[in-house]
Amino acid sequence: MDKFTTLTGIAAPMPLVNIDTDMIIPKQFLKTIKRSGLGVNLFDEMRYDREGHEIPDFVLNRPAYRDAQILIAGDNFGCGSSREHAPWALLDFGIRCVISTSFADIFFNNCFKNGILPVVLPQDAVDALMRDAEKGANARITVDLATQTVTGADGTAYAFDMDPFRKHCLMNGLDDIGLTMEKAPSIDTFEQQMAQARPWI
Amino acid sequence: MTPARTLYDKIWDAHVVDRQEDGTCLLYIDRHLVHEVTSPQAFEGLRMTGRTVRAPERTIAVPDHNVPTTLDRQQGIDNQESRIQVDALDRNAREFGVVYYPVNDIRQGIVHIVGPEQGWTLPGMTVVCGDSHTATHGAFGALAHGIGTSEVEHVLATQTLIQGKSKNMKVEITGRLAPGVTAKDIVLRIIAETGTAGGTGHVIEYCGEAIRNLSMEGRMTICNMAIEGGARAGLIAPDEVTFNYVKGRPHAPKGAQWEAAVALWKTLFSDDGAHFDKVLTIRAEDIAPTVTWGTSPEDALPITASVPAPESFAGGKVDAARRSLDYMGLTAGTPLTDIAIDAVFIGSCTNGRIEDLRAAADVLRGRKLAPGVRGMVVPGSGLVRAMAEEEGLDRIFLDAGFEWRLAGCSMCLGMNPDQLKPGERCAATSNRNFEGRQGYKGRTHLMSPAMAAAAGVTGRLTDIRAFAHEPA
Repeated sequence: MDKFTTLTGIAAPMPLVNIDTDMIIPKQFLKTIKRSGLGVNLFDEMRYDREGHEIPDFVLNRPAYRDAQILIAGDNFGCGSSREHAPWALLDFGIRCVISTSFADIFFNNCFKNGILPVVLPQDAVDALMRDAEKGANARITVDLATQTVTGADGTAYAFDMDPFRKHCLMNGLDDIGLTMEKAPSIDTFEQQMAQARPWI
Repeated sequence: MTPARTLYDKIWDAHVVDRQEDGTCLLYIDRHLVHEVTSPQAFEGLRMTGRTVRAPERTIAVPDHNVPTTLDRQQGIDNQESRIQVDALDRNAREFGVVYYPVNDIRQGIVHIVGPEQGWTLPGMTVVCGDSHTATHGAFGALAHGIGTSEVEHVLATQTLIQGKSKNMKVEITGRLAPGVTAKDIVLRIIAETGTAGGTGHVIEYCGEAIRNLSMEGRMTICNMAIEGGARAGLIAPDEVTFNYVKGRPHAPKGAQWEAAVALWKTLFSDDGAHFDKVLTIRAEDIAPTVTWGTSPEDALPITASVPAPESFAGGKVDAARRSLDYMGLTAGTPLTDIAIDAVFIGSCTNGRIEDLRAAADVLRGRKLAPGVRGMVVPGSGLVRAMAEEEGLDRIFLDAGFEWRLAGCSMCLGMNPDQLKPGERCAATSNRNFEGRQGYKGRTHLMSPAMAAAAGVTGRLTDIRAFAHEPA
């Protein structure tokens, strides 16, 4: 997993609320057995017509946002299906950070496993950043995980909360499984106790 | 004296392997359910790092999302990508030695129906699966939730999950349901009240007289859609209804172990005075047969209502509702019962169990689908299908003009050929009415099995309470 430390880039505005993971990556692209290559189908049904042509006014098709690395989105981003294909598709497109007023739990969790930073900010901060984002490349946004701040184009900084363990893993690109494997003796002990207390498991 | 704890607190505490200073826990996972869509990358990850499956006997694999539901599926899967994914599960299950129900096994079905049916799901357990509808298993008083593929790999390798604890939310349904009102109507009503983000960060415990009075099938319908209200997990405290359902299932404890298990399971309830961070109470008498009109499960209203005006909402929901009406091809002010449908889908992990098929068949006995309406019944498992055939339900569906399919996820998400065509409108017993969910530009109205069956007969959304009086 790639580390996330700091990112300055173009932010794409997607003010729609309840953007679900079916929208982020429709089911026909879940048939892959790989993690890569999904970027071209990110937001597929909003981004292309039935013949596969780009819909010009969809935000990521507009010249200003084709290289966006940040999304500013409406409330409850990533709701619905648990598909990790959603963060895989975002990452493959080049999105490393999503900013919203709230995220669905499973999607939020999946981001951290893929080096994507989901940032929760209050409504007024998201509104201000959304206005910045509407200016395209003329208003770059900086996200700094170490200081837990998002800085808008006018220099206004917005602080965000972050779980310290998740921050540590993201900043160092740590593999969860490796960390947990080090605790194998505790898992062994737990299983031995469980065999006594709940032998039917 | 130990402090009063919720049911969630108790299950959580019993599964903590390790607690970090910041409160993040390593949680032991009792059952890991696996399907073909969200697991190939996880098994590949194990292979690349030379890791194995830590507890293959607690890992249960079954293909469900991609499998064809047509009677000729023994011949194989036409779609190459679907076939590769199902073949990958087959290879992974055999190579890593996990419990496995292949496509041609009569026990195959939707993973969330197979788990309880086989007795893999038991009260007090932790259950995970790379699927958001894992919440279903909470109906047994098991802490069950969906995970991403990276976490699937983590659980395969370590049988644990790194977790922060969620908050506690209580949803109480007091009193008794009116005739024609089902578990599906309860859960749609709850989501309409909380919104799809109302449960975010919480585990919901459903309680109250109306929940107690539900069968296990009904309880599974409620917990299944906890995720549609934003909660990763839903819970219902186990009781005699639960124990009677579990007893005698292939993987349920037997003999002395059964007695010990039930004794432990009887301690699984929220203590008096336990703290809930959020509480919602709804009177059962106030719940009507409910349907969705939009493209989010929170867009649910009593069948007697009309399509709402986008301007009646606030904030970002105004634009979202406008977009929904446009997508759904609906006009504000139209009575819901005036909405004509093209298709009926009865099935899914929400409503694909035997009781759901019985409810639909009761409505359809001696009746036929309206002209031009197509219907599909997809049992949740091979065993549900066999049971329905033993009861003669297949004849009722076939006589009414429905297709009688083999088990799988089918048109709930249309990863196999079972899809809506663009513009087609469907009365569906599934769980999501998202844009494109049942097929590109397909339009979904969520409802109970009886309501979906009635809509099939009249050709439009129908109040089951009025319909019940019409002669067959």
